[in-house]
Amino acid sequence: MRKWLLALILFPVVATAQDRLEGRILDGASNSGEGLFGANVVWLNTDIGAVTDVDGSFSIPYDSSYSQLVISYVGYETETITVSGNQRIEHTLQASNDLDEVTVSARKKASARSFLKAENTILVSSDELLKAACCNLSESFETNPSIDVNFANAVSGTRQIRMLGLESPNILIATENIPSIRGAAQAYGLSFIPGTWVESIQITKGAGSVVNGFESIAGQINAELQKPTKDFSFYQNLYTANSGRNELNTHLNTKVSDKWDAGFYLHGNLRDGHHDRNDDNFLDMPTGKQINLMNRWQYTNPEKGLVSFINFRYMDDLNESGQIHSNSDDGDTGGHGHGGSDSNSLLWRSEIETQRFDVSAKLGWVNPSVPYQSLGVQTAFSWHNQDSYFGLNEYDITHASFYGNALYNTIISDSRHKVKAGVSFTYDQYDEDVNETTYERTENSVGGFFEYSYDNLDALTLQAGIRVDNHNRLGFFVTPRLHVKYTPWEKSAFRLSAGSGRRSANIFTENQKLFASNRNINILDTDGKIYGLDPEVAWNYGFSYLQGFNLLGRKADVTFDFYRTDFQNQVVVDWENPQNVRFYNLRGESFANSFQVEFNYTPFERFDLRTAYKYYDIQTDYLSGRLERPLTPKNRVFANAGYETAKSEQGAQWKFDATFNWLDSQRYPSTATSPEFFQLSERTPTVSTLNAQVTKVFSPRFEVYLGGENITDVRQDQPIVNAENPFATYFDTTFVYGPIFGSMYYAGLRYKIQ
Amino acid sequence: MKKIIAIVLVLMTTGLMAQDKNAKASLDVDGVCMMCKKRIELASLKTKGVKSAVWNLETHELKLIFDERKTDLKAIQENIAAVGHDTQEIKATDEAYNTVHECCRYRDEKIRDDHEDGDGGR
Repeated sequence: MRKWLLALILFPVVATAQDRLEGRILDGASNSGEGLFGANVVWLNTDIGAVTDVDGSFSIPYDSSYSQLVISYVGYETETITVSGNQRIEHTLQASNDLDEVTVSARKKASARSFLKAENTILVSSDELLKAACCNLSESFETNPSIDVNFANAVSGTRQIRMLGLESPNILIATENIPSIRGAAQAYGLSFIPGTWVESIQITKGAGSVVNGFESIAGQINAELQKPTKDFSFYQNLYTANSGRNELNTHLNTKVSDKWDAGFYLHGNLRDGHHDRNDDNFLDMPTGKQINLMNRWQYTNPEKGLVSFINFRYMDDLNESGQIHSNSDDGDTGGHGHGGSDSNSLLWRSEIETQRFDVSAKLGWVNPSVPYQSLGVQTAFSWHNQDSYFGLNEYDITHASFYGNALYNTIISDSRHKVKAGVSFTYDQYDEDVNETTYERTENSVGGFFEYSYDNLDALTLQAGIRVDNHNRLGFFVTPRLHVKYTPWEKSAFRLSAGSGRRSANIFTENQKLFASNRNINILDTDGKIYGLDPEVAWNYGFSYLQGFNLLGRKADVTFDFYRTDFQNQVVVDWENPQNVRFYNLRGESFANSFQVEFNYTPFERFDLRTAYKYYDIQTDYLSGRLERPLTPKNRVFANAGYETAKSEQGAQWKFDATFNWLDSQRYPSTATSPEFFQLSERTPTVSTLNAQVTKVFSPRFEVYLGGENITDVRQDQPIVNAENPFATYFDTTFVYGPIFGSMYYAGLRYKIQ
Repeated sequence: MKKIIAIVLVLMTTGLMAQDKNAKASLDVDGVCMMCKKRIELASLKTKGVKSAVWNLETHELKLIFDERKTDLKAIQENIAAVGHDTQEIKATDEAYNTVHECCRYRDEKIRDDHEDGDGGR
C-alpha cells in the first residue's frame, strides 16, 4: 500500500483571510500524532516554502495554480502531495526505512520573488526577518535589495526607507492591509513596529493594487503581524548592544475558548548610551525609551466561514539628543531648552515624545458553500501625538485617523475571472504647531474600487484595477492600475505595470529632519488646499523580467527590473540654499528612473547568495534648475550571503549571515552661498558597510545570536555643520550620507514555547 | 449520478422549479500529470456555466461548481472527453486521446508507472 494513502487526511477548513495554505505535518515515527518540527514544505518547482514549527504546523503562501506540495525532512521519506484548493492539510511523514539513504530535502528560501502573481511581489518570511536581529520594521529591510535603508541622522536616530529611489511617503505601508505608516507616523512610524511582532512582509514594486487606496506611488509594503493562533504560546527575546540599546520582547498567546484566541505582545526598549565618537559635543545617536503594547483577539469559526481580528495598541516613545555639555557647564543636561523659551540655556537639545493609540477590527467571511465568494470588512482608528523641539524649533502634531474598507471577492462566469469590488472611507484630522504657526486640517475621502484579474491557467495573468475617490482636498479623481504577467517559457515571468497614485504631502512631519538646522521655512505657494500646496500626483510604469534556471546543478534566478515614476505634481522640498528650506509645487518635471538587476544563487547546500546592482536616476526641476535628487546615490551594490549547518536530531544548528552594501557618491544639497568654512564639497565620498550575524540554535526552544553592524567601522566624520554654534546660522545636522556611530555589536537570545 | 440526471430531467420537465446556480458535483477523470490537470480544468471551465473546476492528481477526482440552468454534467464530460480525457461516463475518442501530449498518455501503463515514480503520487 502506498504510504501517502495511509496518511493523507484532507479535511476542509475555511480559508483564512489571506491566501495562505495551512496545515500540519505529523511524525510518522512517533505513532502518537506528534507534530514534526522543522520539516520543509515547498511548492513543487518554486522557491516558495515554509518550515513547520514545533507543533508541526505550517502556513505557506497559496495560489490556486500551485498544486504539488513537497514535504521533506532529514531521515524521513520525501513526499509530494497534491493539494486541491486552499484547504487545511494534515499529513503524516514516514520515517525513512533505510537509515543510510541520502534524503534530498528542498530547503526553503527566506525571501522569494513570486513567479505567479501579476504584481512584482517579494515575500519576506520570518526567517529572513531574523537576519537583522534588531529592532523594528525599518531594519527588517536591510537584507532586501528592493528596499534601501538610509543611515540614521544624529537627532531622530530613525532610519528612513526608500523604494525605487523614492522616500517612504511615496510607499503605501500597511499592517495587515490597513494603511498605517502615514500622516503623522510617516517619519518615525517604522520604528514603532517592533521586529518580533512582524510575521512576514510583502513588498510590491510599482503601482500595486487599488484595494488599499490611492496613496501608493512607488510601491506597497504590507507587514503581517503575529497571529494568536500561529505564534508561539510564549516567546521571549532579549537584545543588548554596545551602543547602549537594550530591548525586551515578550509574546503570550493563548486559546480562550473554542473559537477565540488572544495574544499579548510587549515591547520595551531603553537607549541610554551617551556616545560622541567624533567629538563634536553632540550625541552620535539619540537616547530614549519606548514602551509598546499590543493585544490581539482572533475569532475563527470554520463552520460559518468567519475569521475576525480585533487589535488594541498603545505606544509611548521618548527620544532625546543634542549637545552633551555646555561651555558654561551649569551641570544641567536635563534638556530645559524647551522651545528656546529658556534663553539662559546654552545647550542645543532635542526631544521627541510620541504617543500613539490604535484600535482596529477586521471581519472576513468566506461562503462555505461557494469558496470563491468572500467578504471582508476592516476598520481602524488611530490617534498619534508628537510633541517635539529641535533646538529653538518647536513642532507638535496630533493626528486622528479613521479608516474603513469593505471588500467583496467573487468570480465572473468561472474561476479564471476573479473580481474584487468594494468601498473605502478615510478621515484624517491634523493639528500642527510649527513654532508660532498653527495648521489645522481635516481630510476625508469616500471611494469605490473594482479590480478584475484573469488567469488563463497557463502563461498569462492580468490584474486591472480602477478606483474613484472623492476627497475634500484632492477633489474627485480616478486611479487606474494595471499589472500583466506573461510566462513564455519555463521558470520565467515578464511583468508590466502602470498606474497612478496621489497623496497630500505632510510637509512638516515628512521633513522633520530639517528642523534640526537653522533654516527658515518658506512655503512659496498659497492657492492649494494643503498648506497652500497642491496634492502630489504621479504615474508609475514598470517592466520586469524574472528567470529561474539551474547553474551547475543548483537553483539560481535573475531579475531585471526597470521602473519609471513621473510626477505630474510634486511638493518640491528645496534645501539647496543653506539658510532656508522652500516648499513649492513642481514647476517643471520630476522623475525617478530605477533599474535593478538581482541574482540569487544556491552554490551549495544550505548556502544562499543574493546580489544586486541598482541604478537610480532621480531628477527634479528646482527653481534654480534641474538637479539630481540630493543625498541619493546613483549606483548601489548589495550582497547578502547566508549559510546554515545541517540540523542535528535535537534541531540544533548554526546560522551565519552577512550583508554588504556599497553606495556611490551622493550629491550634497548646495552650500555654495555659505561662508567658505561651512561649505561642503559637491559630492560625498562613497560608503561601504558590512553587517554580520551568527546564530546558534540549541533547540527549537532556545537560540542565541551575536552580530555586528558596520563592522569595518566606516564613519561620516563631521556630520554636523557649524556644530560649535548650534544657535547660529549655518548650523545643520541634515547632511547625513553615511553611518555616524561606526561599528556596533550586539547579542541576544530567543526562547519560545509552543 | 443517475439520481442527479433524474433530478435534472424532472426539473427540466417541470421547468418552474428553481435550479441550483451553484450546483456541486464530483466525478472521476483520468489523467496522470500537471499538464493533464491544466487541460482538464480548462476544458471544464470553458463549458459555459462551469464556475469552478479543481482536479486532484492523486484521487483523479474533479470537483465542480456549476450553474444547472446553463449546463449539466453530460456537457461538461463531453468537453473533457473532447480534449482527450476519459470521464466516468464518456470515453474520449482515440482521435481526441491522441491529441494530448505524449507524457500525458494515461492509458499507457508504462507512462502511468513513470509518473508514479517521478511524482511520488499516482
